[in-house]
Amino acid sequence: MPAVDAATLARMDGYPFIVVSWVDDAGYPLSVATTFKTDGTAGRLLLDEPGGLPIPTDRDVVATGSHIRPQPGIGYDERRYLSVWGHAAAPSDGTVALIAERTWGWDEAETPFFEYSERSVPQSRRYLAQLSAVRGHPVKPRLALGWLILRTTRLPFLTATLVPVLLGLVIAARHGPFDWVVAALVVIGGSLAHLATNVTNDIFDTLSGADAANVNPTQFSGGSRVVHYDLVTMRQLVAVAVGLYAAAIIIGLAVLAIRPSVELLAIGVAGVLIGLAYTAPPLKLVYRGLGEIAVAAGFGPIMLLGAYVAETGRLAWEPLIASLPVAILIALILYVNEIPDRGGDAAAGKRTLVVRLSQVAVERLYLVAGLVAFALVVVGVATGIMPWPTLVALAALPLVFQVSRGIHQHYDSPYLLMAFMGTNVKLHLYTGVLLLAGYAVALVVAAIR
Amino acid sequence: MGWLPEPVEELLNVALVGELTVVRPDGRPVTHPLIPLYDGGLIFMHSSTLFSRKLEHIKRNPRVSVSLTDPVAMKGNPDRATIQGTARVIEDDPHSQWERLILHLWRRKEPAIDQFLKARVALPLFFERAVIEITPQRCLYWAGGDTSVAPQVSEAPREAVA
Repeated sequence: MPAVDAATLARMDGYPFIVVSWVDDAGYPLSVATTFKTDGTAGRLLLDEPGGLPIPTDRDVVATGSHIRPQPGIGYDERRYLSVWGHAAAPSDGTVALIAERTWGWDEAETPFFEYSERSVPQSRRYLAQLSAVRGHPVKPRLALGWLILRTTRLPFLTATLVPVLLGLVIAARHGPFDWVVAALVVIGGSLAHLATNVTNDIFDTLSGADAANVNPTQFSGGSRVVHYDLVTMRQLVAVAVGLYAAAIIIGLAVLAIRPSVELLAIGVAGVLIGLAYTAPPLKLVYRGLGEIAVAAGFGPIMLLGAYVAETGRLAWEPLIASLPVAILIALILYVNEIPDRGGDAAAGKRTLVVRLSQVAVERLYLVAGLVAFALVVVGVATGIMPWPTLVALAALPLVFQVSRGIHQHYDSPYLLMAFMGTNVKLHLYTGVLLLAGYAVALVVAAIR
Repeated sequence: MGWLPEPVEELLNVALVGELTVVRPDGRPVTHPLIPLYDGGLIFMHSSTLFSRKLEHIKRNPRVSVSLTDPVAMKGNPDRATIQGTARVIEDDPHSQWERLILHLWRRKEPAIDQFLKARVALPLFFERAVIEITPQRCLYWAGGDTSVAPQVSEAPREAVA
């Protein structure tokens, strides 16, 4: 039985020629291109004998087919290559049989470049560790400080905080006097608490092995990976989390000093606890399929009501109702981002909602939840709790269907799904901005009257 | 400053991909498709630390070959060549040393590299790189790319080897 099966060898047929290499008598690799045929039944390649360069029969030979498609001004794509190692037989009628013994290769159509890179992270760490040992000092990968901060804290996700906080503030402005200093403190404090939660999430995902197990990270999922990539140490990451939490708590206390309120204190404490319990033991909410509920609560009612109470000093129904669509849509960001992570998450015992559900159920739940978010806006307006201009948020509804289709089509293709993950982030952002615009119009209308 | 035949230099100047073959510790050859760069005397290739096994092989055994074989990757030029040489891995600072040494050569062939570099934050380890500097020792050249005939062979002048 051939050492290399016919199907594997047949992959060589896709290459118009191969490069045959061996180590010559002087110890240098010697390579020559030649045409060939595959003989899958016998597990061999039949090479046309190169002129003046006899292929040796007493040593290992490797034949490599490679392909790219040049893209002028850009580079190239459609990268793939396949190497077949073996021993050559004596030539016969101008043909040399290479008996295949093993193969290795890469095809970016099968393993996307980003996944290939992720799978190679251990090699990078090993290489740099060896280099460090030779040098006698650490040689580590680096990023410019600004990029490192952006990556470590996942700064672009701050829209998740800004939407509910600004909504809470604008609703408060409709209900009474407005304190700009408190508003600024709430925005800064809420943002710091969010970044602290992001970093904490990374700490526990790194410790659990979820980040290392995930070979399909995208710009929206898979965490910051700064420790996995050795860009920062775990000690540094913990220091950043503690610093951000401390800053958020100090600002929260400053708001409480300006606007003493038991409700605000309770909301603040609940926010910090949910942020920690999201990935931290013993609760590890996201590992139990409760991540969406935690995120919905944290970036919906807690942020929005917190901002409202900080300004007004009291609870009310309107900010709670207005927070629900935002809460559902932010939970859906997490939900869709979990789709490419599901393999790594499952391997690390992180039983997210997406890990627990079938693909059909995941798709249905997304569509239903997205529609409910917009139905709540209609209900809020119909019951007179929210002002009618907020109906403008319905303009973002088509995005629900776009993302829903994207999930259905690209459930198993993380990098094709990525565009729809981006649309899903826009769904939350645009809906939030439209709600804000609706409230701004309501404020102006009230002022004119 | 270089001694390689002019047609081979032309191939080096346009090739988007060449095959770097190195020797593994067990003596087997292993071939990696990489973009070759040429400064008129030395050939440069480079590798991310992500795919750095070839660098480990070169540090153990610096004898390598670079072949230029694919007309599609060489703007339709059908000629072929194989250059045997001695390689040195330059890895003093994988973060930025390669930019100083070879980015200008890389940019000439792949202008889009600047766009990728701007997005370095997205794939930081890909841009932690070592440079493979190859001093050509011997060159095999097939005019028209017909390898069924023996190649024209040229050797580095003694002073170039020294």
